Amino acid sequence: MPYDYRPYAYVPPPGLTAPEPRHKVVIVGAGPIGLAMALELANHGIPSVVADDNNVVSVGSRAICWSKRSLEILDRLGVAQRAVEKGVTWKVGRTFHREAEVFNFDLLPEDGHQMPAFVNLQQYYVEEYLIERAAAEPLIDLRFRNKVVSVSQGGDHAVAEIETPDGPYRLEAEYLIACDGARSSIRGMMGLDFDGELFEERFLIADIEMQGDFPSERWFWFEPTFHPGQSALLHKQPDNIYRIDLQLGWDADPEVEKTPERVIPRIEKVVGHGDFRLDWVSVYTFQCRRLRRFVHDRVIFVGDSAHVVSPFGARGGNGGLQDVDALGWRLAALLQGRAGTKVLDDFNAERVHGTDENILNSTRATRFMTPDDGVERLFRDQVLALAAKAPFARGMVNSGRLSKPCVYPLGNAPDDAGLPEVSRPGAVAPDAPLGNGWLLPSLAGKVTLLALGCAAPTVPGTTPLAPEVTDTLRARYLGSAERALYLIRPDQVVAARWADPAAADVAGEIAKLWRQA
Amino acid sequence: MTLVTTPNLTDADGFYAALLAAHKGRTEAESHALNAQLVLILANHIGDEAVLREALELAKA
Ligand SMILES: Cc1cc2nc3c(=O)[nH]c(=O)nc-3n(C[C@H](O)[C@H](O)[C@H](O)COP(=O)(O)OP(=O)(O)OC[C@H]3O[C@@H](n4cnc5c(N)ncnc54)[C@H](O)[C@@H]3O)c2cc1C
Repeated sequence: MPYDYRPYAYVPPPGLTAPEPRHKVVIVGAGPIGLAMALELANHGIPSVVADDNNVVSVGSRAICWSKRSLEILDRLGVAQRAVEKGVTWKVGRTFHREAEVFNFDLLPEDGHQMPAFVNLQQYYVEEYLIERAAAEPLIDLRFRNKVVSVSQGGDHAVAEIETPDGPYRLEAEYLIACDGARSSIRGMMGLDFDGELFEERFLIADIEMQGDFPSERWFWFEPTFHPGQSALLHKQPDNIYRIDLQLGWDADPEVEKTPERVIPRIEKVVGHGDFRLDWVSVYTFQCRRLRRFVHDRVIFVGDSAHVVSPFGARGGNGGLQDVDALGWRLAALLQGRAGTKVLDDFNAERVHGTDENILNSTRATRFMTPDDGVERLFRDQVLALAAKAPFARGMVNSGRLSKPCVYPLGNAPDDAGLPEVSRPGAVAPDAPLGNGWLLPSLAGKVTLLALGCAAPTVPGTTPLAPEVTDTLRARYLGSAERALYLIRPDQVVAARWADPAAADVAGEIAKLWRQA
Repeated sequence: MTLVTTPNLTDADGFYAALLAAHKGRTEAESHALNAQLVLILANHIGDEAVLREALELAKA
């Protein structure tokens, strides 16, 4: 069954009849990132207005692969369980050259995590779930068919001019968060450069509905016999929908290639029959670009408005959710007077770092798929040829390195070389079973002092957690050490850790976190 | 480890002859392909990124 796009109701905003009081936060765009941003801020007690020019969820499934980290974030926003229940869970990817499998990866080879490595779920479902949550959240004022047409800044606020079916009005907010997507008009209004690379290649992206028994794995082909000389991808989604990507070459005419007469025969060759229904077809050219800075005084760019990547690696939506993760607790504390403005510089630095890692990985994968003529093509082809003969070359075959959270460079954060690498400062705290539940949810939204093999000291502004040391906790947090104290941020990222708790300057590290002068 | 730039092959003439023999009868494109594979194979064998960087610099100089 095709997805049923139900329009959300437009309600005339109060600003049409009388000026609205200055809001804390206005979020422009109710895509996955704007919605997640509003819910994350609400979790921290911050109200927001979300303005979207449209009144339906994502047209076409677009993002389908949601990473473990995204699920952990969505869990805090109250939609992960639905996403996991509805989605197709997977962790294995296979890469083929012609007929032969040359490489495979398992994204979560170990147990003891609440969330799976990935679920595939159409973007429209993720948005639907987020909208339901947002609509039920009193701190969120969701306004459909509210199009932002201009943005300006005062010293301590931002102003948005908005058009509605009933005419224009204006909104003021202490901060405006631009979540208006890859074609961000706010970026344009502010005259900001969007630097990076466009790949001269076209990809046909199609969702088809069919009864099939393909496994829940990501299958990627270089030069398959069914699509000679190009690359192809097949990936399962719920509702018997399959995503198919076919590389077309730069000369392909996108309008012609989108027509069913062209698409259907191509897909018949992939799946081996004609017994399917076309659900969504689009032809894309991909880019890897970012803004130089994401924070511009009172306007903050988050998600695709700040950065875009090619989808091989699923780093777009997943990367945007990590922006939300890094911004929410900081902006909330700033607005509540608990943090200094420099927390926004920290957000900027961390997400520029994360974005560069996403761009690097996405660029490398896209180049491997679409090498320039000449020596780039030569090496690409020879890696594929070698992969059939020598194991080392298989790992060089790059069909996308799938989204993982980056490890933030926390500079001189207290650390101890004897403790495990997975839980080093800057990394997301690794999950582990905890009593009848899981560790990560108990770390969410507050600063935690996790004490293992010792008592947690009482420090104002922190929540102590001193669980019994299980084997999994030992492996992920202690290694061969007997005890350790971890300071964990509200976004579940390890801020500092000490193998000698007596020596820990916890208060000093907390002051750094909040950038209190 | 640093890149060895002093003689390191016991039979350098022999290797040179073997290299040329491997290319014999190949078109230019096939030779390029062979060389590309050789570079990848040898780089993996060396495994030391510092050495490989030095090798790249020497070749580019
Ligand atoms: C083919 C394809 C496959 C992809 N696969 C994946 C994947 O597997 N995993 C993944 O993580 N990511 C994937 N992505 C990327 C993912 O879709 C994006 O990163 C994600 O949609 C970004 O969300 P966003 O909320 O920032 O922007 P968008 O989803 O673009 O939302 C922007 C919103 O802002 C609204 N808006 C725009 N301008 C205005 C305005 N002036 N006033 C008010 N509202 C406005 C729009 O109507 C829209 O609702 C894929 C993308 C494509 C195209």
